[in-house]
Amino acid sequence: MAGLASNRQIEHLLRRAGFGARPDELDSYTQNYRDIVDALVNYEDTPDVVDTWIGKPGYVNVTTTGVFSPQTNIVHARQRWLFRMIHGDRPLQEKMTLFWHNHFATGYTKIAGAVGSVEGAQYMVAKSSENTARVRGQLEMLRDNALGNFRDILLNIARDTAMLFWLDGRTNTRNSPQENFAREIMELFTVGVGHYTESDVYAGARVFTGWNIQRTGTNGVAHYEFVYLPNNHETNAKTFSFPIYADGNRTIPARSASNGMQDGLDLIDALAAHPNTGRYLATKLYRFFVREFGDVDQEFVNNIANTYYRNGYEMGPVVRAVLLSPQFRDEASMFTRYSWPVEFVVRSIKDIGWRGFSVNDALTPMANMGQTLYEPPDVSGWDAGQTWFATGAMLSRMNFAASLATNQKFNLATAAKPYGSSPDSLLAYFLDQLVTAPLETTVIAELSAYLRATGPWIGSDAQLQAKSSGLVHLIASLPEYQLV
Amino acid sequence: MRVTRRQFVKGGVAAFTVTFAAPEFLSDLARAQGAGARNLVVLYLSGGNDSLSMLIPYNDPFYTSRRPTLAVPAANVLQVGTDSSRVALGLHPRLTGLRQIFDGGRLAFVQRTGYPNQSRSHFQGADIWSTADPNNSSGLGWIGRYLDSLPSSLDPLVGWNTTSSLPHVLQSAHTAVPAIASTSGYGYQSPNSGNAAEAGAERNTAIRISSHLPAAQPQLSFVYGSAASALATLDRVAMVNSYTPSTTYPNTGLGLALRAVAGAMVKNIGTRVFYVTTGGFDNHSQQNVNGANGAYYGLMATLNDALLAFYNDLNSHGLFGDTLLVSFSEFGRRITENGSFGTDHGAASAMIVMGGRVNGGLYGTAPNLNTDPKNPTLENEAGDVTFETDFRSVYARVADGWLGTDSVRLLGGDFRKTSLNFI
Repeated sequence: MAGLASNRQIEHLLRRAGFGARPDELDSYTQNYRDIVDALVNYEDTPDVVDTWIGKPGYVNVTTTGVFSPQTNIVHARQRWLFRMIHGDRPLQEKMTLFWHNHFATGYTKIAGAVGSVEGAQYMVAKSSENTARVRGQLEMLRDNALGNFRDILLNIARDTAMLFWLDGRTNTRNSPQENFAREIMELFTVGVGHYTESDVYAGARVFTGWNIQRTGTNGVAHYEFVYLPNNHETNAKTFSFPIYADGNRTIPARSASNGMQDGLDLIDALAAHPNTGRYLATKLYRFFVREFGDVDQEFVNNIANTYYRNGYEMGPVVRAVLLSPQFRDEASMFTRYSWPVEFVVRSIKDIGWRGFSVNDALTPMANMGQTLYEPPDVSGWDAGQTWFATGAMLSRMNFAASLATNQKFNLATAAKPYGSSPDSLLAYFLDQLVTAPLETTVIAELSAYLRATGPWIGSDAQLQAKSSGLVHLIASLPEYQLV
Repeated sequence: MRVTRRQFVKGGVAAFTVTFAAPEFLSDLARAQGAGARNLVVLYLSGGNDSLSMLIPYNDPFYTSRRPTLAVPAANVLQVGTDSSRVALGLHPRLTGLRQIFDGGRLAFVQRTGYPNQSRSHFQGADIWSTADPNNSSGLGWIGRYLDSLPSSLDPLVGWNTTSSLPHVLQSAHTAVPAIASTSGYGYQSPNSGNAAEAGAERNTAIRISSHLPAAQPQLSFVYGSAASALATLDRVAMVNSYTPSTTYPNTGLGLALRAVAGAMVKNIGTRVFYVTTGGFDNHSQQNVNGANGAYYGLMATLNDALLAFYNDLNSHGLFGDTLLVSFSEFGRRITENGSFGTDHGAASAMIVMGGRVNGGLYGTAPNLNTDPKNPTLENEAGDVTFETDFRSVYARVADGWLGTDSVRLLGGDFRKTSLNFI
């Protein structure tokens, strides 16, 4: 076994498999690299208690008018997710939940437009243990299955109330099939463009006819849940361009309406097993975890796709293999991803401080940076990459760093006081607190010059407050800090 | 196989050379052609516009039978005459403002625009319309390539994207077009805002840092370019904040975006290419074309009211003649309505062109909606409208006739079509 992992390796791992490292978080990982990966993957061994810390001293604040109701209020739910990302001890579970949210990208507004804001929030985010109607929202399903079986996730998504509104599955009927879900389950969720045909889309729409929702429960707990409606199902045979069954047969046979739900189960099995699904997921995982820049490493894609099929579509072994891969561990893979707004916001809060700060104040800046949780722009998810760095979005990042540094001005100066003897010791301290991609010497010289710019160094409390907050603002605004 | 935008990121980003010249080049070019300036507004109707409900062949015998709930009664359409194939056409009843501009001769529709084997995917479709390249939809945007073809040292504010992220149309190798969704939030904040010397030192440091381009690291350079563009354009963008339009714009995303575009033109801050978008066109269910609270009716209201305000505002400032607006959408929709009173993804659709130098009218011919599978104006067993005019021919006209560039080079082929003389 290799020796203990270096801070540099752990930080790389936690930037990718989590949202960066709080100082206490970093200190808690003292094993070798493989054991740390196992601890991240086997998150079920870590108690899931983060939600009970909300509202307690020592943690980032939430802001509400009225009772904090993250199961029925989408703004509260956004705050809770940020809280979990900042303080939770299961970083990989949260990171994979974000991965799936982007993969099965569903937007709250359309759901709320159909059923109102309270039920709309429920179908997106409710935890069944907290919800009077025991509704489990789509995001909680994804969190429960963050490293679950991909075929099960697909099946859950096909039956998911929010998804049945989002991609109009509830209006897909025998007399006039509706193609929205059938197209996206192939194009975006499993095999990708180029691996299905237009007639597959039309056949897929017919397969899912009858997959619908019904109103159940009485007053106070009335809600929609999945139902299969035999009368809506189109019973003829459906033929695809790819094998549906293990024997290579491409045709789902004609079935009676009462047995017709099996059509969808067969198609989901076929899509999970399709030879390009493993590669499609592996490519997406490569871009999400390993490298956004350069070509996709085909050896990685082959290995991860094989892991996917060998383990019967279980994502735990797949993601474990991603994090243990030589491509991920390669030093050259560090800082080769543009951080998403949510990653930037959470990491900067972890790095700069949270006492007295409310995650509610991060929501509008995040929207200006281009990302609102539970509101992806469309079913293909966020465009990511360069598109996060249009000028207005870059300015929003700079301005969020400014507002966080303003909020933490006193705390930053207090923490920096032992390093306040000279501008360069202050600079060294903060460059250690806010880890960036390697900085060129010219950049470091500009930061140093800033500390000396407005007068002689005296190290007073007032000077430390001004310079610590200004410096933190400048570092968190650096392009090198936007990479993870 | 589809190449995702993320794959694009790794491939195509060249290092930025960010130097800021005075934004004169386009006006020079335009002056040589006898205009004050030439502003281009690209309008993206996101989701796949059902243009058969916008520009309606209301007398087609199959129109009502294929769209029993969606068809607009002939008595309600705003008639705009007949096209060259003698098909009578009418605008959606909510487009009263567009009809007014049409009657004034400054609005054109190009019918049945598309391309061979049109993609029915939103994402691949939007990428193809953005790059003008059906074979490689992962490259730079066609407007981005146009910006790259201009003399170097481009002012980043030559373009203005009114959404918060960078649209594919504007992706360029050399110019970081600013994304300014709201002018009021477009300022530089400091934790030392009460202390002018400290705040000034911070801002100066940020500007100096952003001018050091790590040329060997293109992905990092891209972010440097964005930061530099933002810092270099702050003060001019702030000027648009103080803009008071001559008319009231509707309080919609599109209305506010076009208000900012007009403000940038009136304040003459140097921007020449604008990108605006309005969404909601993916009406698979409950499309409701006719009801005053209907989904598509609302889309037409948003479009009409914003464009009419923009038209009136520019006219009162004498800037309409300097402006050309061109719309696109990733695809049209299936002709026959589906069981959920909506329409699924289709193929060709109509584009809108508007401007003070536009030769208004109806270009191209309407589809014949006859369900005969051999109907030459339709495809997919007469399910979808087939294209008559390649969309790149419309772009070519814009490039040659308005931007004053060489469309053959810009589009990588000769798509010029003389009958498309809308400008």
